Amino acid sequence: MNILRDSLVIARRNTIRIRRVPDVMVFVLIQPLMFVVLFAYVFGGSIDIPGSSYREFLMAGIFTQTVVFGATFTGAGLAEDLQKGLINRFRSLPMSPFAVVAGRTASDVIYNVLSIAMMSIAGLAVGWRIRSSFIDAVIGYALLLFFSYAFSWVMACIGLAVRTPEVVNNASFMVLFPLTFIANTFVPSDNLPPVFKTIAEWNPVSALTHAARVNFGNIPASAPEPTAWPIQNSTLYTLIWAIGLIVVFAPIAARSYQRAGAR
Amino acid sequence: MNSENRDSSIIAHNLVKKYGDVTALDGLDLEVRSGTVLGLLGPNGAGKTTAVSILTTLVKPTAGSATVAGIDVLAEPEEVRRRIGLSGQYAAVDEHLTANENLEMIGRLYGMSRREARARSHELIERFRLTEAADRPLKTFSGGMRRRIDLAGALIADPPVLFLDEPTTGLDPVSRGELWDVIRDRVAQGTTVLLTTQYLEEADQLADQIVVIDHGRSIAEGTADELKRRIGGEHLDVHIERQDQFELTETILKSVASGPLRAHSGDGAFSAPVKNGVHALSQVLRELEANNVAIIDIGLRRPTLDDVFVELTGHGAEESSNA
Repeated sequence: MNILRDSLVIARRNTIRIRRVPDVMVFVLIQPLMFVVLFAYVFGGSIDIPGSSYREFLMAGIFTQTVVFGATFTGAGLAEDLQKGLINRFRSLPMSPFAVVAGRTASDVIYNVLSIAMMSIAGLAVGWRIRSSFIDAVIGYALLLFFSYAFSWVMACIGLAVRTPEVVNNASFMVLFPLTFIANTFVPSDNLPPVFKTIAEWNPVSALTHAARVNFGNIPASAPEPTAWPIQNSTLYTLIWAIGLIVVFAPIAARSYQRAGAR
Repeated sequence: MNSENRDSSIIAHNLVKKYGDVTALDGLDLEVRSGTVLGLLGPNGAGKTTAVSILTTLVKPTAGSATVAGIDVLAEPEEVRRRIGLSGQYAAVDEHLTANENLEMIGRLYGMSRREARARSHELIERFRLTEAADRPLKTFSGGMRRRIDLAGALIADPPVLFLDEPTTGLDPVSRGELWDVIRDRVAQGTTVLLTTQYLEEADQLADQIVVIDHGRSIAEGTADELKRRIGGEHLDVHIERQDQFELTETILKSVASGPLRAHSGDGAFSAPVKNGVHALSQVLRELEANNVAIIDIGLRRPTLDDVFVELTGHGAEESSNA
């Protein structure tokens, strides 16, 4: 039994599916594009960011929101495998019990790479610019992908628990909307009411968004220094969360997988 | 285990599975001799799939023990998985992958090298006449084709023990016959098979031994011939037109029936188990005509699972389908 080899076999199968099911690409590519355009042109005129433009501020928020929502593909994909009986097939084979979920979370990174590429192009078109070094920008992108990879293990647990792709989508939206909105993604968290402000400051989504802004050089020189520790140490805080999510949820996902499906 | 069990590839002892208040299996014993086919026959909800799920390591029993290919299912599930193939209504293939891609993937997950998996996949595609689907996604193909690929997936690593969970449910007669041929071919090469089915005919065609289960326990076992002898061979069905001739017809049918008669007075429909079908048919027809009974339909048919159930349990097969 070989975890790495089996995971690669599963990941390869998933990438074949990505090519064969182009419908998913509509969500992967068109939805982020729509968000960039909607936020930039609808909110862009009304929200004032001191020392910067809203579009410059916005892009990191949209990146974060999109990669967090992108994790639902993992849950929906596993729920579909469960529904179609494939999980039963896999569980009857002498393969690693980690491989089906590990292969899935790995191959779903492709969706996020494509989404981020699309958003970056759209962002450049509406006036967003990377104002940092090449290395910083790479770190910014890597952090986004790593966090979404970690978060997809959470969604994997949901997918194996609820059994139908539709329920995965509905259930995750209940969690993902507050998670990505009670944060500094679309508006500065300084203006939020006290309780929300504290939640936003400790929300890992805020740290990730702030880290992306820093790494892409989208924080104006005149911006006030952040006061909350998670925002001051946004890269570290994001990494702690990402690693923590994997450590906690990977064993849960493996356990759910081993009990899933059969009756 | 005692010495007489050494030649058995599947042994299950007192399997119990409870889901909350529902008892899916209620002390099932099974023994399948190596190189033979056991047909597990029963209606929906009788516990067939639960039994297969336990023996294929997908589900842990509430109580009981089992060995497959000589290995304890509970103690060494991974070793069991190396030696079994599972196919049927709840196992599946990926409809977005081609036949080759599916089979290679499954072969790789059995631990075969890429080259080995590819070669074996080509071989099975040839043998199962799946060439049409070799390089096209499966979603464009019929249910029969998918089942054959599903079965090929179970066979890719040439496992000594094969579990087939209702392999032909929902298939047309032609696809069913094709799948039967494939299964017979495997058995001829020494594979041990546990097959679940709702169709007596399927068990009759394929199984050396049949175990009939209902409500999670065995209610009869034997060869197909032994069971058929017990349920009295053929059935004579009669449908009459007039309500006032019901009792007369009933009397005539009782004189030829070899077992309990089923009758529905509202419809004027009868079903009688008979020993010598042709003889009984002509006798009944003669007597009905002599008494001027208006017949809508009369005919002989082979016993169905429903007849087995009426005979063995006193209730019809569909009444057991709530578990």
